[in-house]
Parts: sequence; C-alpha cells; structure tokens
Amino acid sequence: MHTIVCIKQIIDPEIPADQFKLDPNSMRQLRGGLSLVISAYDQNALEVALQLREKGGGKVTALCLGESGAVGAIKSALGMGVDEGFLVSDQPLLESDPCGVAHVLAKAIQKIGVPDLVLTGGVSGDTGDKVMGPLLAEALGLPCVTFVSKVEVKDGKALVRRIVEDGYELVEAAFPLVASIISDDSNVPRYSKLKDIMAAAKKQVPTWKAADLGLEEARVGAGAARLQVRDVSVPQRESKCEILDGETPEERAERLALRLRELKVI
Amino acid sequence: MTDVLVLVEGQGSVPTQNTLELLGAARRLADATQGQVKAVVLGAAPTPLTAGLFACGADQVLRAEHPLLDGYQGDVYVAALTQIAGQAEPQVILLADDSCGKEVAPRLAHRLNAGVVTEVLAVEGDGPAVLFRRQMYGGRTIATLVAQRFPVVATVKPRTMAPASELAGRTGEEIAVALTLETSLVRTKVIQKVAEEVRGVKLENARVVVSGGRGLKGPEPFKQLEELAQLLRGAVGASRAATDAGWVPASWQVGQTGKTVSPDLYIAVGISGATQHLAGMTGSKTIVAINTDPDAPIFKVAHLGIVGDYKAILPKFIEKCKELT
Ligand SMILES: Cc1cc2nc3c(=O)[nH]c(=O)nc-3n(C[C@H](O)[C@H](O)[C@H](O)COP(=O)(O)OP(=O)(O)OC[C@H]3O[C@@H](n4cnc5c(N)ncnc54)[C@H](O)[C@@H]3O)c2cc1C
Ligand SMILES: Nc1ncnc2c1ncn2[C@@H]1O[C@H](COP(=O)(O)O)[C@@H](O)[C@H]1O
Repeated sequence: MHTIVCIKQIIDPEIPADQFKLDPNSMRQLRGGLSLVISAYDQNALEVALQLREKGGGKVTALCLGESGAVGAIKSALGMGVDEGFLVSDQPLLESDPCGVAHVLAKAIQKIGVPDLVLTGGVSGDTGDKVMGPLLAEALGLPCVTFVSKVEVKDGKALVRRIVEDGYELVEAAFPLVASIISDDSNVPRYSKLKDIMAAAKKQVPTWKAADLGLEEARVGAGAARLQVRDVSVPQRESKCEILDGETPEERAERLALRLRELKVI
Repeated sequence: MTDVLVLVEGQGSVPTQNTLELLGAARRLADATQGQVKAVVLGAAPTPLTAGLFACGADQVLRAEHPLLDGYQGDVYVAALTQIAGQAEPQVILLADDSCGKEVAPRLAHRLNAGVVTEVLAVEGDGPAVLFRRQMYGGRTIATLVAQRFPVVATVKPRTMAPASELAGRTGEEIAVALTLETSLVRTKVIQKVAEEVRGVKLENARVVVSGGRGLKGPEPFKQLEELAQLLRGAVGASRAATDAGWVPASWQVGQTGKTVSPDLYIAVGISGATQHLAGMTGSKTIVAINTDPDAPIFKVAHLGIVGDYKAILPKFIEKCKELT
C-alpha cells in the first residue's frame, strides 16, 4: 500500500498572543524568529500512514507546497519514518487560493503516481480552511471522507472512522481514496529517533517548480484567486476577570457559587 | 442582484437551528442586493419541511426527490447540488459548517469552478460585492474576504448568525427539480453509526457547559464535571488535549475543530485558553475559569475566575451549588 501525506509547513500556531504579529501589507502572519512546524493534524496523518505501513507494508511519501525552507518539513517527516518526500516550491504558486493549491498538489501526486491513499490534515493550523482533502479528491477524481481519525484495511477495502457531531461513523470505501485526518488517542504523532533524524538530513528531497508539473496557468497564482483577502484584524480582548479571593480554596469555591447566584447565572 | 441558494435540513416539518441561521443570513444578503433566496430540500420523498420555509424567508423552494437521497451520502449530495446549482445559477451557496457541509462545500465548489470559504461568521453585500468574514490563525484574527467572481460556496459557522425571523403568511414558489442520479455515483458507504451516549442536554444546545482540559490529568475527574453539569442541567465539554488523550469522546471537544458553544455559563476547568479553544466558546455569556496558573490566557476572556487547584475547589463548589439550586 502506498500513501501520500500532504503536509503544510506553518508558523507554530500555539504561540502566546503577544508573539503573534501581522504584516500589514501582505496581511499574513509575520514569521519573526518563530519556529516552523508541520501543521498539527498533518502530523497525525503521518502517524496514520506510518501505522498502516507497519501493519501491511508498503511506502509512505510526504508532499508539500511551500517556501524553499519547507524542505525542513519534509526532513522532519523523513525523520518520523516516511520513505520519501517531495517539495513543490515556486513563489507565484504560493499566492494561489485553495483550489489552486489543490491543482498543484494533484498534479504533483499524479507525477509521483496516484497512490492507494492520499491523506491531508482535517484542518490547517494557519488558514484553517479544512477544504484541501475534498478539493484534492475532486481534482484527482477520487472518493473522499473527511475528519477521519482511524484508517483500517479490511478485505482490500478501507474502513475509516469519521468523526461527526454526535459520535462517529464507520465508512467503507474502495482504494484509491482521499481522507482528511483529525487527532485521537490512536494517532498521536511519534517522536523521531536521533538516528532517523540524522539519516533524514542526508536524504535528497526532489524539488519541483510549476514548469515541472504541467499546470494549467489559469488555475494558479494570485490572479486565479476566487476570493481575495481585503482585511485582517486582530480583535482586542479587554480583560475584565473578577478573581475571587479567600483564605482557602474552599472559601473561594463558595464565593464563586454565591457570586454566580447573585448574577442569576445559576 | 445576489441570489442565494441554501441547503436546508430538518426533522419532519421543523428546520434545524443551523438551517434557520442559514436562511437568516441568506435573507439579509438577498434583501441588501434585491436578490432571491432559494431553499433546496433534498430527500427520498416529499417532506412537510417545505411548507414552512417561505415564512422563514425563502422565495423559492427547490424540491428534489430521489431514492438515492435517503439520508446524507457525500457523492450523491455533491452530484445533486451540482445539478441544482447549474439550473438555479445562484451567486452564493450557503451550507452549514457541519460534518455534511465541510465535505460537500469544497467538492461542490470544485465542480462549479467556484470559490469556497468556510466557517463564515458574517456575509454581507457591499454594493455589487459580497464580503465574507471568518476567523483565521486559529481564531487569532478576523479576515474579510471579497468574492472576485461568482458563484461562491460558503459554510456558515453554527451559532454565530441570527436565525431567520418567521413571517407568517409569506409565500413563494415551489419548484420540483428532476435529477439524474445513478447508483454508480456512490463510492463510500456508512457501515455503522455510533452515537456517543448523551446524558441530559446536547453540548451544542446546553445553557451550561462545564469543560475540562489537560489540567485534569486523566479521565477520572471528568466524573466530577459530569456531576456538576447534571446539577446545573448542562453538558460536559473538553479541550483537544483531553479528547486527544482519549479521556473523553471526540464529540465533546469545544473549539476550532470541535464544537462552537454559546451557553449562558461556561466553566473551564484546567484549560489554558489557547486561541483554538477560545474560538469555540467566547460567545458564552458568563465564562468562569478555574486554573492554577494566574497567567493562563483563559483569564483574559473569563468574567469570573479562581486561581487554584480544581481538586480543592470543585467538591466545595459542587456542594455549594447543590445548596443554592
Ligand atoms: C489546527 C489546530 C486546531 C485545534 N483545535 C482545537 C479545538 O478545537 N479545541 C481545543 O481545545 N484545542 C484545539 N487545539 C489545541 C490548542 O492549541 C491547545 O493545545 C489545547 O486547547 C490545550 O488544551 P488544554 O488547555 O486542556 O491544555 P494545556 O494548554 O496544557 O492547559 C492545561 C491547563 O491546566 C492548568 N492546570 C494544571 N493543573 C491544574 C489543576 N490541578 N487545577 C487547575 N488547573 C490546572 C494549567 O495551568 C494549564 O493552564 C487546536 C490546535 C491546532 C493547531
Ligand atoms: N501547501 C500545502 N502543501 C501540502 N499540503 C497542504 C498545503 N495546504 C494544505 N495542505 C493540506 O491540507 C490540509 C487542510 O488544509 P486547509 O484546507 O488549509 O485547512 C492541511 O492540513 C494539509 O494536509
């Protein structure tokens, strides 16, 4: 079984509020000295793929469209244990809207060879569109299941757990299939071993430009965007928290209950 | 002129809360631009849902019945909506940002060569332009996006927009749409549905939500949260740290990837208040935080707070609540 995992490199999304800065011109987050990571659910997707390989054999490939520095994300994935990685890096492509990104990734996947399984994160940690999995499925003409936490292979078919509002569904589908992954206790990303990190550092990461992929020009780049960001603002939160005090925790607990009663909340 | 197509859902003759919110948003957008609201009802057979939609703001109800539309199936829904949108030619298509919408919206957009925007908090006409507001960067920012061309498929974040106000006696046109759907479209099949047991109220409808996070350090303390929630006739929620650890079901997660809640009272126990969590609960009327760390960001959004160990606080708090309620 061959799995391609799409990974997005982003600025660490869990930084404290005071480290978050916007560039007023591009309206994107300023990197500053902040660390770059593989978007959270993509790490879970890598874990799902690696577990499938451990159970049934095969190969795991990581794919990223990003800045040239995103080779770091591919190297981290290699360090986690994926077999190979590809980077698409070409400045104008980074201005594409999600449909454009899906076109680029689909073309790259076709160049690698359409695998049995394509995984994406359920939602990215920066733009958070949660559209890439389903868009890729359409671009590749494949079936798709979103917000999946587990993938099993049974009788040559995929059996996946899809998280829905009030629980989950077990969904059956034939391969090849696209699934977008979210986290649960079965897909906690593994730590990389030092020797794998060292080996990854030495591996070559093929890097492609637009011209290598036979893209349809009209679908990619800023000009093709169907929606444009006009404005981004950071809502200011005024803290008005009333901290309940008291000698002991029990006293504070009582005060809280009384205060809520006073406010007619309970 | 902005015509807005809305996918409606309901039980019997009653539209879901999500649907009412979509219709509210659609009506306001259509009114601002002299457009029309076109409500789509999909099903295996005609449903009593149709009749009430005019009062909720629909100008047209597009009914499509087909045996394959018996319940949600992604491939069939995408095909059906592609055909309907092809005929109705709306500028904007609104779906709820739920498990159906997040699967269907991008796929539909791809087939219509349309734009797609998700988790929309507000949609507005601005002259001929249409603006969509949504959060980005895990809830740290609010972005305004402008449609460069139409159509645009948008999913609306539940519990963020005002629902449609009913106007009895309002009428419209009902149109039956014929669809060409083949069994061969169906590529995924639900083998089993497992609903998490809900004791008491559903999280998304609860007036009181008691949520726990990593600070609880295990599944056991959630029993105390359940006791408190039951006492206050509310529901239990959790941070992603707690659901990822497997302490509680994924469907309890509140936040960017989980549920959006806006109860009268939200009690966060052992939750730091990461923006991705806040994205799902800052609409709550009164927020209470219990946390050992006085600098935890949750205190920036809380109205009432206790700095301290939940182990010492909760039992007494529960006892006092029992006394008072
Ligand atoms: C793309 C993306 C999507 C995400 N979506 C979500 C989402 O939907 N929902 C969500 O919740 N998170 C989400 N997250 C994760 C989020 O960034 C945080 O990692 C998560 O919310 C942290 O959970 P927590 O507050 O329980 O844990 P922590 O941040 O570890 O906080 C634990 C808190 O407990 C306190 N504490 C410890 N011991 C005690 C005690 N004895 N008594 C009282 N307090 C104590 C600590 O002081 C601390 O503040 C997402 C992240 C990403 C990148
Ligand atoms: N530039 C990219 N390169 C590789 N994968 C991506 C890229 N953008 C999005 N993805 C994948 O799509 C998922 C969902 O992204 P989004 O639709 O932005 O929420 C991400 O978690 C990634 O798995």
